[in-house]
Amino acid sequence: MNEVEVTLQVNGEQRSARCEPRVTLADFLRGPLGLTGTHLGCEHGVCGACTVLIDGASARSCLTLAVQAAGHEVTTIEGLGTPENPHPLMRAFSEMHGLQCGFCTPGFIVSAYEYLRDNPRPDREAMRRDLSGNICRCTGYVKIFAAVERAAELMSG
Amino acid sequence: MKPAPFEYHAPTEVAEAVRLLASYGEDARPLAGGQSLVPLLNLRLARPKAIVDLNRIESLAYHRLEGDVLVVGALCRQRDLERDRSVLERCAAVADAVPLIGHLGIRNRGTVVGSLAHADPAAEWPVLAMLFDAILVAVGPGGRREIPAARFFQGAFSTALDPGELLVEARFPLPPPSAGTAFVEVARRHGDFALGAAAAVVDGDDVRLALGGFDSVPLRVAPDPDAAPAAVHPVDDIHAPAAYRRKLAGALAKRALDLARERAR
Repeated sequence: MNEVEVTLQVNGEQRSARCEPRVTLADFLRGPLGLTGTHLGCEHGVCGACTVLIDGASARSCLTLAVQAAGHEVTTIEGLGTPENPHPLMRAFSEMHGLQCGFCTPGFIVSAYEYLRDNPRPDREAMRRDLSGNICRCTGYVKIFAAVERAAELMSG
Repeated sequence: MKPAPFEYHAPTEVAEAVRLLASYGEDARPLAGGQSLVPLLNLRLARPKAIVDLNRIESLAYHRLEGDVLVVGALCRQRDLERDRSVLERCAAVADAVPLIGHLGIRNRGTVVGSLAHADPAAEWPVLAMLFDAILVAVGPGGRREIPAARFFQGAFSTALDPGELLVEARFPLPPPSAGTAFVEVARRHGDFALGAAAAVVDGDDVRLALGGFDSVPLRVAPDPDAAPAAVHPVDDIHAPAAYRRKLAGALAKRALDLARERAR
């Protein structure tokens, strides 16, 4: 096995582990780094559940190899908040019932984080477009969009 | 759903990438944004012996307007163009097309040149390449060569690139700012591959129409919506019957030409 050492910044911390070059960033985060908040749905770029930020830009971690992320900065759902200190998006998803089974939620929250960072005053149509890369099979999206709008209120107030 | 093993190389110079690609022949794939290649790896539809990752070749990360020519390097992400107001304002068809490509997270990684090299019959950039008579610049063991778009696309996912050749740049000669341009498509859901797409230029007597998603390659056809259904050769599949797609070619051609005409000054 031709394993290589991969060193990257994850949630502000320098992390290293060995893996084969064929290992995706998603499996690297979930396996050697133990960050299982990033969920893997389709594993071919359709569902968006595995969305993380790479150097601040959302990306599907199933479509990036771990070796490609070496030297870069990755932010996962664990980096946005904790149960003790939740991000306003996490509070809003809970408050507005923006989730049911919760499988898509980490990806949605990471995508919504990027959306609100770039658009602090959300617009429903633009939000629908920019979050269209995340699929939810439970909620019908209405409560997710309501949660993102609620988070924007929490973040501005 | 996991890639088969491969050898991984991350060169920092184009010459080194070309040398690596040439040494593997057809057994190596270049990796840029990875938004088309990595799904194929995950599904094991592609099992290359080696991956040559271009992401450390900084000299390929650029785009610029050289007079009327939009020049795009192999590491220019879709999102780089989407955020560049000077490009979007210079060409409405580009501004129309880029937000239709995949989703935001895909555009953050995916590259323009990678989409051209992948040559998906339903992708947006190949249609724009045909519309603008783009020149595709490849570097191989034999040196550098320029391939006109009309000769580049040879079939579905098949191009004029030889094994060992790397597509490093795409050059899109844009019509003058007074011309009108437009790109329209129909997809079942936002971000899906289009059932069909049309792009048009209206610049005085220079009226052009390109269609994508109907044949195995993007087409330049007569700028006549009534003639468009007969100019395409679509197939029946689970998403739509061929007869519907022929009608769609005519409808999209009309939409694109009308919008381009409206935008011409």
